[in-house]
Amino acid sequence: MMMSPASTHTDIKRRSPLSEFRVALKMPVLCSSCAEKRAVLKRPKTAHSLCKECFFWAFEEEVHQTIVSAQLFKHGETVGIGASGGKDSTVLAHVMKVLNERYNYGLKLLLLSVDEGITGYRDDSLETVKRNQQQYELPLKIVSYEELYGWTMDAIVKQVGLKNNCTFCGVFRRQALDRGAMMLKVDKICTGHNADDVAETVLMNVLRGDIARLRRCTAISTASEGEGVVPRCKPLKYAYEKEIVLYAYFKKLDYFSTECIYSPNAYRGHARTFLKDLEAVRPSAIMDVIHSGENLSVREGVKMPVQGTCGRCGYISSQALCKSCVLLEGLNRGLPRLGIGKHHRLHEKILLQQPLTQEEERKLKAVDF
Amino acid sequence: MCQVDEEYNGQLEHRVTPRVSKKCVKCKENTAVLIIRAGDAFCRGCFKEYFIHKFRAMLGKNRVIFPGEKVILAVSGGPASSSMLSQVREGLSRDAPKKLRFVPGIIYIDEGGASGQSMEERERAVAQLESVFRATNYHYHIVHLEQVLSLPSSVLEAGSSATEKPQTGSSYKAAVDQFIQTKKNQHPDLSLENAQSHLSSLSMHEVENGVTSPITPEHTQALQKLFASVRTLTAKEDLLHTLRQHLILHTARTQGYTKVMMGDSCSRLAIKLLSNISLGRGASLATDTGFSDPRYGDVVIVRPMRDYSSKEIAYYNRMFDIPSVFIPGLDTKAQDKASIQHLTESFVTKLQTDFPSTVSTIYRIGTSEHHTCGTGTGWQQQLPELHQQHIIPPSVL
Repeated sequence: MMMSPASTHTDIKRRSPLSEFRVALKMPVLCSSCAEKRAVLKRPKTAHSLCKECFFWAFEEEVHQTIVSAQLFKHGETVGIGASGGKDSTVLAHVMKVLNERYNYGLKLLLLSVDEGITGYRDDSLETVKRNQQQYELPLKIVSYEELYGWTMDAIVKQVGLKNNCTFCGVFRRQALDRGAMMLKVDKICTGHNADDVAETVLMNVLRGDIARLRRCTAISTASEGEGVVPRCKPLKYAYEKEIVLYAYFKKLDYFSTECIYSPNAYRGHARTFLKDLEAVRPSAIMDVIHSGENLSVREGVKMPVQGTCGRCGYISSQALCKSCVLLEGLNRGLPRLGIGKHHRLHEKILLQQPLTQEEERKLKAVDF
Repeated sequence: MCQVDEEYNGQLEHRVTPRVSKKCVKCKENTAVLIIRAGDAFCRGCFKEYFIHKFRAMLGKNRVIFPGEKVILAVSGGPASSSMLSQVREGLSRDAPKKLRFVPGIIYIDEGGASGQSMEERERAVAQLESVFRATNYHYHIVHLEQVLSLPSSVLEAGSSATEKPQTGSSYKAAVDQFIQTKKNQHPDLSLENAQSHLSSLSMHEVENGVTSPITPEHTQALQKLFASVRTLTAKEDLLHTLRQHLILHTARTQGYTKVMMGDSCSRLAIKLLSNISLGRGASLATDTGFSDPRYGDVVIVRPMRDYSSKEIAYYNRMFDIPSVFIPGLDTKAQDKASIQHLTESFVTKLQTDFPSTVSTIYRIGTSEHHTCGTGTGWQQQLPELHQQHIIPPSVL
């Protein structure tokens, strides 16, 4: 049966005619921006061939445009940079410092780091953050789960198992960042979430059917009202992960590049693999996913969560008890599944310190692997 | 012991294998013959009932089809659209009081020119399908994709909606009454008349109940040139989909059909949803995958098969001998990463094996999204107009 072979071309643009010409003549390809220096890399986002300086300029300029058009900062604010020692936060710290000086944002920058207590991963990356503090001359504050909650991630994983532990880590980290920010009297927190992260989150929320999160996850900054809430933003929202790696490499920045040891079992891995494949087919797919996420709109009548406060700690929450209190309660009582799944009816009981029935306790114990 | 012709009669134990014969969960009498989801075992009769009921319920819940209306069924020959065809036959032929009441027609688009098939293969496929269509006794149209190149550009415009969009309950009845009134009137809507006469005056030779005018190799070459100019498979599939839509729309308009029924199943729609998100089409999610797509104005696209998973359809077709024809498309036998649509399909099907609720979860996202009249181009600009028509209740007219 005669069939035309399916095209195996990916959507990456070809070189410009001039570059093709030069390649044919075995001449070095020039930077497509300044046309003076030789091109040393091909930008993943646009497939332009650029020299080092033009690439740095393009990358920094795009972050600057993101900050300016979304009006992320005000003159004179104190901004805490969520620093984990990884490539995203290192590049974020560097670019923020550069732009702060170049464009006179007038911001007071400092580094905020969270120690989850994962041996072999976090303790090494914290050393990197301490080095960053010296290199960028920014003040540093480290908050740890141990001092805030009395639990390290290693201890949590021992109780919970390998499957739902990312929930604990993420929820606790959010609160830890806020607590740290309040201790330092910071006006805003900025995190190193890049375009790939946001796109992955959109895809993951679609796969999990989480309408509420789907609406909020593409916002570049969170809401800024309320006590005990420090607004946070993502200046690197439109920067590709590959470009961040290239930037860090060419600028010879010091960063820690190992994956969290618990990450292979996360559901997010599926969304990540899918996104990487999409990027291989069509590099603009990452921006397309973000664009789709921004333009989704929800029908009236779909129940949306309402912001309130936690009954126990006063932190913001859409339920009677905030998620960290629920998770902590579960851990302290030896019922780790208390935070996983929907147990809204039990929140009241916990708040009033009432004992749970045998049946409920049985359901909430750890699942045996 | 240990001799050659040793007889062991009566000394060997027979292991009793436990037989798990499940009973149908619905009638609890007959043995189940298939399992749809974990815990849902059906016998043959109950499954047939369940399947047919779903179709009627889908049409009944979203009441957009008026009695006596002309509805065209877009049949590609694949299992889902063939199943839809058989369901429509079931529904129209029943003597039950709640018989479906509309006038069906069938359209099949021959896409062999785009996917590189030879004329003989295409004619063979068409002949197979024609025999299926003739058995139904419905009016059918077989249109070649090459004809899209000679369509007038007016096909791109959204026609004005002939009737008010029915809301619920009583206003549906009012809408039906109005529809019947319009049909009875010898002088239909002026704008509609103009549009129709304009369209039919253009060259589009249609033979009653049959194949359209035969196409020449030049036509096929022109079509292939168009597709070859598109470099990536993703864009080719997109182009094919758009051209197919236009052709179906045009045929519906010229032949006086006001509704088009597409055979997209739940699995197909979940894949379409996810690949649309990857392509940047999040804004039109609700109408691309929802039950009804009113963006074209005078012709509304409905998807009655959207609640069926491809597993259910496959089982039904097998058990009740629904004829379907496999016709290779652009992405048949393509690698996984050849196009975004194909990649999404393999991703979703793989994930479904590990997490059986994936397809239904993705599909539910589509149902809770809705189309807004945002500041957009093209289709979105039409919507404020339609929304305004909402405000005037039908009874006032």
